[in-house]
Amino acid sequence: MIQLKVNGATRKFEGDPEMPLLWYLRELLELTGTKYGCGMGLCGACTVHVDGKAVRGCQTTMASAAGKSVVTIEALKGQHPVQKAWMACNVPQCGYCQSGQIMQAAALLKEKPKPTDKDIDDAMQGNICRCGTYQRIRKAVKMAAGVRA
Amino acid sequence: MSENTLHVVERRAFLKYTFGAGALILGTHVEAFASSADTAVFHPSVYLGIEPNGTVILIAHRSEMGTGSKSTLPMIMADELEADWKRVKVEQAIGDEKYGSQNTDGSCSIRDFVEIIRTAAASARTMLEQAAAQKWNVPAAECQAKNHFVVHTKSNKKAGFGELATAASKLPMPDKKSLKLKTDSEFRYINKNVPVVDQQDLCEGKGVFGLDAKMPNMLVASIEHSPVYGGTLVSFDAAETKKVPGVRDVVTIDRFKPPHNFQPLGGVAVLADTYWAALQGRKKLKVEWNLGPNASYDSDRYRDSLVAAAKQPGKIVRTQGNVEAGFASAAKIHEASYSTPLLSHAPMEPPAAVAEFKNGKVVCHAATQNPQAVQETVAGALGIDKKDVTCHVTLLGGGFGRKSKPDYVAEAALLSKKVGRPVKVIWSREDDIRTDFYHSTAGMYVKAGLDAGGKPTSWLHRSVFPSIGTTFDEKAEYAMDLEMGMGWNDLPFDIPNHQAENGPAKNHIRIGWLRAVANVYHAFAIHSFVDELAHLAGKDPVEYALSLIGPGRKIEMNPVGMKYWNHNQDQKTFPVDTARLRNVIDLVAQKSNWANRAKGGNGHGWGFAAHRSFLTYVAVATEVKVEGGRVRIPNMHIAVDAGKTYNEDRVLAQFEGAGVFGTSIAMMSEISVKDGKVQQSNFHNYNVARLPEAPETVHVHLIKSDAPAAGVGEPGVPPIPPSIANAIFAATGKRLRDLPLRKGLRA
Repeated sequence: MIQLKVNGATRKFEGDPEMPLLWYLRELLELTGTKYGCGMGLCGACTVHVDGKAVRGCQTTMASAAGKSVVTIEALKGQHPVQKAWMACNVPQCGYCQSGQIMQAAALLKEKPKPTDKDIDDAMQGNICRCGTYQRIRKAVKMAAGVRA
Repeated sequence: MSENTLHVVERRAFLKYTFGAGALILGTHVEAFASSADTAVFHPSVYLGIEPNGTVILIAHRSEMGTGSKSTLPMIMADELEADWKRVKVEQAIGDEKYGSQNTDGSCSIRDFVEIIRTAAASARTMLEQAAAQKWNVPAAECQAKNHFVVHTKSNKKAGFGELATAASKLPMPDKKSLKLKTDSEFRYINKNVPVVDQQDLCEGKGVFGLDAKMPNMLVASIEHSPVYGGTLVSFDAAETKKVPGVRDVVTIDRFKPPHNFQPLGGVAVLADTYWAALQGRKKLKVEWNLGPNASYDSDRYRDSLVAAAKQPGKIVRTQGNVEAGFASAAKIHEASYSTPLLSHAPMEPPAAVAEFKNGKVVCHAATQNPQAVQETVAGALGIDKKDVTCHVTLLGGGFGRKSKPDYVAEAALLSKKVGRPVKVIWSREDDIRTDFYHSTAGMYVKAGLDAGGKPTSWLHRSVFPSIGTTFDEKAEYAMDLEMGMGWNDLPFDIPNHQAENGPAKNHIRIGWLRAVANVYHAFAIHSFVDELAHLAGKDPVEYALSLIGPGRKIEMNPVGMKYWNHNQDQKTFPVDTARLRNVIDLVAQKSNWANRAKGGNGHGWGFAAHRSFLTYVAVATEVKVEGGRVRIPNMHIAVDAGKTYNEDRVLAQFEGAGVFGTSIAMMSEISVKDGKVQQSNFHNYNVARLPEAPETVHVHLIKSDAPAAGVGEPGVPPIPPSIANAIFAATGKRLRDLPLRKGLRA
């Protein structure tokens, strides 16, 4: 049996330890804010925090999440500075990738509260947005960080 | 729906149930599935209703895939109605022909519906004012709707919309000619940067997409399709699959009957309690296919054959003057061949839908651009009436044309019928990229006869590509009118001898429309060639392009030996107007400081292209820095005349996004096929622009215009690839004539 914390609540899981965290969150806990985009860790749509670090839910097995604390987009409840900046900049178009973008950006700012352009490039390049909202993402990250655009 | 005839009809003439007496509906007829606008006490149009508590229900009948149309159309209605946006409920419509076309495609949501919905909302507002006038016994002209109330200033009386709704519903529909539409200065929401209705949900992970839709007791399916288009199932062995925990069933779906239209491809479906279990089961499936005649398809060889075919005479699809005579008398000839690859849409949400077949009827929830096509396709697949298909439309995680083709929804419905439970179908990313309706590959040849000053007197453009028409007629070998009229045979250049020819192309894969469609390859060839001619003539590319376009004028396209499609609009209302094209070129030159740009060389340069598509005029100036095989795009300027706009921030966003989408097409995206099998499968080998590869800043410059609203979602894309190719030439001296450019740059 695997025990972990999801958005503060303790959870027990008795299924296949190789099951990716993404599908556990989406299908067993019905936390569908975390999205499927590629299943190979290539697009970032499934980004969540495990022990405070941004990881790809599709590449994180339940076995490797054992004993850890998982935070998903649902736990941010619209109050996170990154979410507020996202709304102020009207970032989303279709919005599908934005949960992952926001979780990635939140982890970046935790690690680097005043990121440079290079920091933003490095941290966000794993998150694909097919609508092409990248320049607003960059702007919103800077707004959330309180650095000049 | 083009004739927006307003007429009052008794509800009960159309409906046997649900509604109270005396209320009104407008327009056609109401189907069996009522929206809550239909059941509102006052619903003078299929698009809106007002409840007694004052809630205004506005129907979003177009799909939301990121353009904002789900919000913009209701916002226009709320504005015209003088409703308070905070008291508006926007409801996504099910598929129903009473709304007119719901095919969210072709960049036409605003232009096709703005007049209809403004008229509907103005009628409702007028009726509310009249109801108040009757109530207070004052002239209607003295009553004015204002922010969810009707006020009579003289007597200081005020009544809410809800309070007036029942009385308004008993009034006759006002004559359309008597309606007074708001002026631009009176707008509350239009162009006021009001966030889209789903914005907060999207930022909090609460938006419900097709992937998130669910039904009680559903199974989740993953489907193995033939790896080659048109292959048929020989046999399969599911013994190991069925041992996987959570797998409940393995069933087949019949192969489509040609033409494939939007029918399911056919295959073997693994149904399980979860998608994860279905995927595990699918890995253990043993399937044998008869791959059929397309198993020898090789996209590289095919592309070469298109380029070769474009060097041969084809079917004439536009002709003016005499190109051969023009070439014979030219001071100089320049010719070049261009090619572009197959592309996959790759929306971030792969195709997904859930459906339940029960008692001869289907209810489904789907990420679809076209819920009426869902009704037709599902009905066709199951042999039921389309009226017995209810399609609820979820949010779409991108569409780009893929999700107007509902094969995946029909799969879900067929599977539900087979297993007797609701079934959700999710295409994996691999399914999506390997089995798409691909953007067509093209081979093009352009030849110009030039006068002593380097200006063309004769222009020949041959284009050869497999047509979207093969979706509906598998034997089609020539282009459809709409493909030809996308920036190719409607080229507005001032050249006396001009001919366009189309060669035949047999197809071997599903071809579909992708954002901006045939404009993409035509614009790439044409505007690259124009840049080549400018350099040959030793002229500035912008000045040179202006000289080709010639003076500002409206060009009637039909007399030049072609049937011009003009994006389904008449040329009187939406002429090909070179004055507007010149304007956007002037604007982009000014905003990008074109005259003082880095002159090129040393890996730093600027490129330009301007193109009319979807009735919108777009000019682009792009700055590139080429470092080895890597291209950075520090700045991209896009000047746009899309006629009148209604949600300026979303218009800007569409062009910002087009800059990125166009960069993917220009630089890195390519689908290749060997032995009939698509070689790419996921984002490691189907490349799309990531943040550092995208333009750092796309500066969008909108021309304020009173011309009728034109397209916004697509027209930004076509001029991007040639502007980048031309910038790379300026930066490096390398003329790249084949997409994606990165391949040639690294060669």
